[in-house]
Amino acid sequence: MLRRLLPLLALLLAALPAAAQERVLNVFNWSDYIDPYMVQRFTRETGIRVRYDVFDSLESLEGRLSAGRSGYDIIVPTSEPTFARLLRAGALRPLDRAAIPNWRNLDATLMQRVAAIDPENRHGAIYLWGTVGLGIRPDRVRAALGADAPLDSLGLLFNPENAARLARCGIMVMDSPTDVLPSVLRWLGRDPNGHAAEDHRAAEAALMAIRRHVRAIIASSSILDALATGEACVALTYSGDVIQAAARAQEAGRGVEVRYVMPREGAQLWFDMLAIPADAPNPEAAHAFIDFLLRPEVMAAITNHVRYPNAVPASRPLVEEAVRNDPAVFPSAEMLAGTFVAGTPPREAERERTRLWARFKRGR
Amino acid sequence: MRRALLLAPAWGWLLLFVAAPAGILVAIALAEPDAGLPPFRLAWSAQGFGTLAADAFYLEAVLSALRVAALTAMLCLLLAYPMAMAIARAAPRRRLVLLALVMLPFWTGFLLRVGAWIGLLRDEGWINGVLRRLGLTEAPLPLLYTEGAMLLGMVHAYLPFAVLPLFAGLLRLDPALVEAAEDLGARPFTAFRTVTLPATLPAAVAAFLLVFIPAAGEFVIPELMGPPEAQLVGRVLWQEFFQSRDWPVAAALAVALLVLLILPIRLFQRMEARR
Repeated sequence: MLRRLLPLLALLLAALPAAAQERVLNVFNWSDYIDPYMVQRFTRETGIRVRYDVFDSLESLEGRLSAGRSGYDIIVPTSEPTFARLLRAGALRPLDRAAIPNWRNLDATLMQRVAAIDPENRHGAIYLWGTVGLGIRPDRVRAALGADAPLDSLGLLFNPENAARLARCGIMVMDSPTDVLPSVLRWLGRDPNGHAAEDHRAAEAALMAIRRHVRAIIASSSILDALATGEACVALTYSGDVIQAAARAQEAGRGVEVRYVMPREGAQLWFDMLAIPADAPNPEAAHAFIDFLLRPEVMAAITNHVRYPNAVPASRPLVEEAVRNDPAVFPSAEMLAGTFVAGTPPREAERERTRLWARFKRGR
Repeated sequence: MRRALLLAPAWGWLLLFVAAPAGILVAIALAEPDAGLPPFRLAWSAQGFGTLAADAFYLEAVLSALRVAALTAMLCLLLAYPMAMAIARAAPRRRLVLLALVMLPFWTGFLLRVGAWIGLLRDEGWINGVLRRLGLTEAPLPLLYTEGAMLLGMVHAYLPFAVLPLFAGLLRLDPALVEAAEDLGARPFTAFRTVTLPATLPAAVAAFLLVFIPAAGEFVIPELMGPPEAQLVGRVLWQEFFQSRDWPVAAALAVALLVLLILPIRLFQRMEARR
């Protein structure tokens, strides 16, 4: 009996260190934000197993990281405010360019825009980027506002008369003061990054004026679902989420048409950064993953899947034509000229914003 | 000595999983917010509690959470009494099956059940679909993101907590007492009011508290099914923690809620002790 068991035991012992040595990469990314097939391909090529976890707002990401020892190797914070704040708190590890040969594929102009907060781009590479704007159902909006209503203005949402007429078909706003207040201020003709008391007062008044007509203030991932099922006819959210919702609605074939509108008043531009936490358990694997993602064909597959533009110009010819030529995905140079980037407000302003936002949600 | 040994695991458990976390919570509540990792610096600061006291917003959040929790607990009791009475009066063999039916929903994930309700209640959901097909409504009824949806979700989630203690209480009630009341001419409702209810009052209070206490801090259901204006304390806690990134205020709020919820438990214990 024992003799028969011994080889088994030996096998087991031989297997143990192998299991312990199995390399694992822990990724914490936005929901619906990668081509899952590319994750499998990375594992196939490198033998590194990927444990993939998702968040649906910057608030959740920051909360998880603030406690320290998050156990993640790759995180995808937005350049401002989260990436900037994590950088200042010393929570990010400087990247080793030698381990990321594909770094040269990155668009220098776009990277330059992030260098303002991360000198010499030492801590992050742009993964994907996009704008904040409106997801609309053109047929419903025209039915409510008339055939010649302008569809490309934030006034669709922030003009109380329009909001009152659109309330019936469903108005939604993503639950993130960070990504909504700058657009409100912009619509009011104020500095999108203003955080003086009167900026807050004006923004609150504008939000309160439409509050009655807003159906839900929920996470961006829930808005994606609501747009795809036709539950919302006007929603303020991230560009790619709307474009994904439009694709899903089309697949469902129930006559729901969804369109992304980049506001003519100027849209909030954001960059999501690939970064490595300072205490990442497996930084080598993280570098390998960043290098893998920056390959043109991998980036093209991701953009095809999630409909957000990337920062690897060489991937552009490999992107499907319909996606490549969609100005909602790749805005033109003129459209980009009018965009602005959100800043990182000081702590006191942050509390006032949170409080303002809570009052907006409560409606009084 | 033997007694101390026997009690050691229980004390160890309490120390490790109740006293220590509560101590950490109090320590963070007294800390000062900071830009580092974690976002606070240990101190003896009353700033967190000061913020709570200075802004009526927090008191309102606590009060509205208590109101929703009380409403949920009352609705659970209303539903649980007939259920528990039916189970207690059933043949012992069938009781097990009936109790299993009460418990069965608990075997599915909590989030899945909330997700199922969302699927039923949404504009393009099943309920609105049936109503429209029957020609009863033209535009979809707004069901989701309302106080009604939130209460529905809460009652569904917490109902078993009310049924089980009531069932145990009713089982101890001598059926002859109710029969005697009915023999003496009491109608079923009068018999319930004058005999069953007073005799099972401790069980009813226990059932109420078992629902009320977790419901007071509920975050998920108000967030996913409730209207945006339902700023209950659970959601406000989340905002302080995640949006303001002010851990001391969040911890202070959690401590305040904890202290507030200990009160009804103490009252209940007093009541039990007096009997």
